Amino acid sequence: MMKKLWTRLRGLPQKIYHAVKNFFKTTSAEDVKHFLFGMKMTDGFVYKLVIHVLLISLGYVYLYPVFYMVITSFMTMSDIVSVSVRWIPSSLNWENYRLVWETIYYPRALRDALYLAFFPALAATFSSALIGYGFAKFRFPFKRTLMVLMILTFIVPPQITMIPTFRLFADYGLIGSLRAFIYPAILGQGLNGAIYILIFYSFFRMIPKSLEESAQLDGASPLQVFTKIAVPLAVPAIIIVFLFSFVWYYNETYLSGIFLGYNPNRAFDDWMLMTLPLRVEQFFTQYATAFPEGSPARELIQSSKMAGNILAILPLLVLYFFTQRHFVESIDKTGITGE
Amino acid sequence: MIKKHLERFGEFYRQKVLPIRDKVMHRLTHNPIIRSTHTDILFFGKLRIAITNRRRESVVGIMFIMLWIVGYLVFALYPVFNTLYLSFHNVFFDVGGALRLEFVGIGNYQAAFLQDPYFVEILLSYTLELILNVPVTIVFALIIAMLINQNVALRGLWRTVFFLPVIIASGPVIAELMNQGATTLPSISDYTFIDLVINNIGTFLANPLQALFEQILLVLWFAGIQILILLAGLQKIDKSIYEAAQIDGASPWETFWKITLPSLMPLIVVSIIYTVVSMSVFSLNNVVIYIRDRMLGQATADLTTGYGYSATLAWVYFLVMAIIIGIFVGIVSLRGRLK
Repeated sequence: MMKKLWTRLRGLPQKIYHAVKNFFKTTSAEDVKHFLFGMKMTDGFVYKLVIHVLLISLGYVYLYPVFYMVITSFMTMSDIVSVSVRWIPSSLNWENYRLVWETIYYPRALRDALYLAFFPALAATFSSALIGYGFAKFRFPFKRTLMVLMILTFIVPPQITMIPTFRLFADYGLIGSLRAFIYPAILGQGLNGAIYILIFYSFFRMIPKSLEESAQLDGASPLQVFTKIAVPLAVPAIIIVFLFSFVWYYNETYLSGIFLGYNPNRAFDDWMLMTLPLRVEQFFTQYATAFPEGSPARELIQSSKMAGNILAILPLLVLYFFTQRHFVESIDKTGITGE
Repeated sequence: MIKKHLERFGEFYRQKVLPIRDKVMHRLTHNPIIRSTHTDILFFGKLRIAITNRRRESVVGIMFIMLWIVGYLVFALYPVFNTLYLSFHNVFFDVGGALRLEFVGIGNYQAAFLQDPYFVEILLSYTLELILNVPVTIVFALIIAMLINQNVALRGLWRTVFFLPVIIASGPVIAELMNQGATTLPSISDYTFIDLVINNIGTFLANPLQALFEQILLVLWFAGIQILILLAGLQKIDKSIYEAAQIDGASPWETFWKITLPSLMPLIVVSIIYTVVSMSVFSLNNVVIYIRDRMLGQATADLTTGYGYSATLAWVYFLVMAIIIGIFVGIVSLRGRLK
């Protein structure tokens, strides 16, 4: 085998020589122009080059904070202070991760965070499927008005609805419990609820009416048509809505900060339900109080903050890694752009 | 083991549940209040309502969206009007958590605009920032969408990269990145021409402009969903239109303005609304933070803290946001109509 490879390699310089010679023999200025600009401008080499340069530079801009986060998280104290270290830390230093992991009891915090994202997302998916189907398939009075109202709820900022909702929840003792998120979600008013309803609406609109009519003729009730025909067909939409609402609930910090009773100075031993990003923020606050400005360990806060952030987004990165196809194809598939 | 449980459950169902169910079903058909036959419903033996297909469909449809209607009343309509009501009051907490309202008319609104030293300033600078950021976001989203829509290698990878921020951009993560200066490209601050521009216009415009350049990454990070929306729109445009234009001798530049942009108009409107909303409800937004801080403060006689006052701020904020959306959508659709 080695011998075969060697004979191949030995012939290589000659081959290259011939190729170059042929190239100059047969290539005219016209061909070069053709190669550079193509037949219609959009298929030439120059055009491709410009596109790729733009893509790569924009991609760099997008990924820059991520790189920054990863790299800073590995830095030791001397790396941060030193001017010469900017991109490559002197060693892979896991100390920052260990610190955050142990302080916030990461496994338990992660379990809570997943719990806080999973159940509201499930509730939101269920309710928005029902509601979207109702809007898509039935005619009833004031349907248009109701749909406009639904879209308007998306524009109303949560600050406006928050005070009365907070009082409502406080009256029923829901503050600090998961139910403060599940109840709005199951009623189609969860985080970005209008978007999910719209996704299901446009998806169910694409299902041909004849399919349901034939089931109806066979004696299926509307609910049976929904569960036996519409839902199996809507699996892509269900996956997409679930993933999106999972991610958005996971990242949510404003409402969860208020409804779960976020207090940055609470001790970590004193356990309470909290999302992971907020818990990491709690860690930052306490770290900053423990090591005031000027103390030597203060310099390390940058890298432990980044380590904390990475730990907070790590579950989502893993999720995204496995399901990214569903995310990036979501809008094509659900036809939310309208036909 | 499982079988035994199932059997016990079946036994329980037959003996306890079924008789009750039968009774309920019997009551539903044999009672003096409501009685239904195949063609009509009889109330109290007097009021006869014919069941038409149309009416049956309406009832079923409304049943499907019932969850949403309840949710809308509880979590959207009631809070919005309650906030409006509160905004005309000074709200005190009495001992035991009860609220004491004191009617102040438009006093809160006057306070917001005349007495509060910060609110108007914060709102104005945020508005200017928004007005600058939205077109930038849309233009970048359009550029990126068009780049990915080209026939480039690794299209899936690029999509993944540009969509990544949607997954990981939660409040604390972005806050940290902003604090450590990772949302501004190091090379941007080196360009002196930006300083030149900023120095030569009034501070009123210069501040938001500078903020834009400092947070260009943040602005781009908000474009994930918009890229997907526009990309889906681009893929829906019929290829034969482009071919026809090319045969008629249109350059790529002309086809962009005459074909691509007009076909994308509705989606651009959607993206604009999405951008404004997502930026306005973002938890690191100065106005949002300010409103929350006011809400947590105790109510005093001078009307610049407390529930009532923050309700006022939330309403003013909502109106400003609605006006901005209105202006953008108005400009875009006016342009479309003039052609």
